Amino acid sequence: MDIVLPFITGLLFATGLYLILHRHFFKLILGIILFGLATNLFIFTIGRLTRGGSPIIPQGSEVAIEPYADPVPQALLLTAIVIGFGIQAFAIVLVKRVYQAFGTNNLDDLNNTDKTIIPPKE
Amino acid sequence: MLQLHHLLLLLPLLLPLYGAIFCLFSWNRVNLQMAIACVIQLAMVVASGALLYAVNHEGILVTQLGNWPAPFGITLVADLFSALMVVTASITGAAVVLFSLRGLDLPRQDYGYYPLILMLQMGVAGVCLTGDLFNLFVWFEVLLICCFVMITLGGTKPQLEGAIKYVTINILASGLLLTGIGVVYGITGSLNMAELAMLVRMPSINKSLFLMASTFFIVSLGIKAALFPLFFWLPASYHTPPIAISSFIGGLLTKVGIYAMIRLFTLIFVVEQELILAFFTITAGFTMVIGVLGAAAHYDFRKILSFHIVSQIGYMLMGLAIFTTLSIAGTILFIVHNVFVKTNLFLVSGVVGRLKGSFDLKKLGSQYLQRPFLALLFLISALALAGLPPLSGFWPKFILVKAGLEAEQYTIVGVSLCVSIITLFSMTKIWNEVFWKKQPETDETEPDADRLTKALLYAPIIFLALCILYIGLNAEAAIGLAYRAAEQVLNTDLYINAVLNR
Repeated sequence: MDIVLPFITGLLFATGLYLILHRHFFKLILGIILFGLATNLFIFTIGRLTRGGSPIIPQGSEVAIEPYADPVPQALLLTAIVIGFGIQAFAIVLVKRVYQAFGTNNLDDLNNTDKTIIPPKE
Repeated sequence: MLQLHHLLLLLPLLLPLYGAIFCLFSWNRVNLQMAIACVIQLAMVVASGALLYAVNHEGILVTQLGNWPAPFGITLVADLFSALMVVTASITGAAVVLFSLRGLDLPRQDYGYYPLILMLQMGVAGVCLTGDLFNLFVWFEVLLICCFVMITLGGTKPQLEGAIKYVTINILASGLLLTGIGVVYGITGSLNMAELAMLVRMPSINKSLFLMASTFFIVSLGIKAALFPLFFWLPASYHTPPIAISSFIGGLLTKVGIYAMIRLFTLIFVVEQELILAFFTITAGFTMVIGVLGAAAHYDFRKILSFHIVSQIGYMLMGLAIFTTLSIAGTILFIVHNVFVKTNLFLVSGVVGRLKGSFDLKKLGSQYLQRPFLALLFLISALALAGLPPLSGFWPKFILVKAGLEAEQYTIVGVSLCVSIITLFSMTKIWNEVFWKKQPETDETEPDADRLTKALLYAPIIFLALCILYIGLNAEAAIGLAYRAAEQVLNTDLYINAVLNR
């Protein structure tokens, strides 16, 4: 299992970035979500995977018995999932509004705010 | 440490939080929301001023939330730099809220503007005060989500278009920041910034892996601070929302990114420092030049100002890249000065846009004839931005150049001086087009504004102009404060000892 998760993480990062680079709105959303999942999985994996050892200190002892799972990355993960969920929800609604307002499904059409206004020649 | 000091650290977070909650409770009564926001912002100015005073007299203040001892719980830390940032943010916030009473259209005010700006203020204070790496990420998210909503507030076409770029790139940046935090935790097993600072200075640290972790932070904070190859989202989005919103976002947010960079790259990411600093020097030069050239090409009041944000970020990074006490002091002073000046320029453009109905330089004109006082206020901010003595922009630039010459980094000094001249050129362009030249023939009638509206629009601009003049004319005190702040930033033992209570 330990060797599978890094590969899945890498695959998710790659897929997420690849989809974000597309012009299609729906692929953008999918990309953002997959990218978020990849970061979460990355943090989960980097906290070192330990099975079946809960970090609960038994009665009468000062420290938990090794090996135990590190609870910190899991707490981080939980926070990150919640934040990511909120932001993804916002992004989905934003994309829907953009689609309604512009009637286009192509990100390349959205370059009006970048354009330089060249002043007319006197 | 006195009980009061613990409270002082929490007030910049609690005041806007409670303000936002009260605003949400009075959703249907905009007048009440206005009153709450004004009171809270004034209280923030007082509270952050008290925090700065306390830090200045007592040294670094620390509080452990929930009374968990340092490396385990979340720590709030205020040194002079972070206290200065909180003061700057709250003064700017007060000015912007005052401006938006009349400078923002009513439907937007009705739809949650005040709770949002208060939450944004809380996010900024949180980033500046936190002493925990993951907590830093969380505060950045608080700040970003408010920013997302504020940029799209009203939902006009340009806003939506700007927002989609802003949101996408910032989600990516947050993901990379989180990944970087994960790597740091994987290497060191700690998230407390003071403990991390101690751990990375041990010889046993895996240097190449840690350098890789710092690249994650360079990229993600670089996106948030709009550094050279990563700035393109800023001019595409910052000018789209109404001025009351873009002045606050444009004035403050990129500087928060730079604050985080300075904090982390002086405290934690000091492994292989020559390499990182050389990279910063090159990036700083390009950021300055590209930003100012972008500004020279544009003919929209707000777009010119947006590109100048990018250009000024280069100066701040230059101070970090030179990495002496003097240069960091220059950067700190530059941040404070730039937040005021940039917000004020945006507000001036807002007054012109509100009274004339346009931001296009070609359609505006004769403002000097019609509003000489506004012209004077613009001139103060514009010349301060370009860095003319005795205004506030001159001193930080002078310090940066001096530090650069002392460190024998002549190229970056030369670039920064050239960029200053182009900045002056671009400010004179606005001056010529908006204030000096004759009003071109337009068939639009000028919308009328009553006296109260005008007073409320002008008051924050006068207030910020006074701040700029104060920094400029009382330079010795300002430089002294910035210098002591820089000493604290670079003397990391002070920070570590204060947090870990040794």
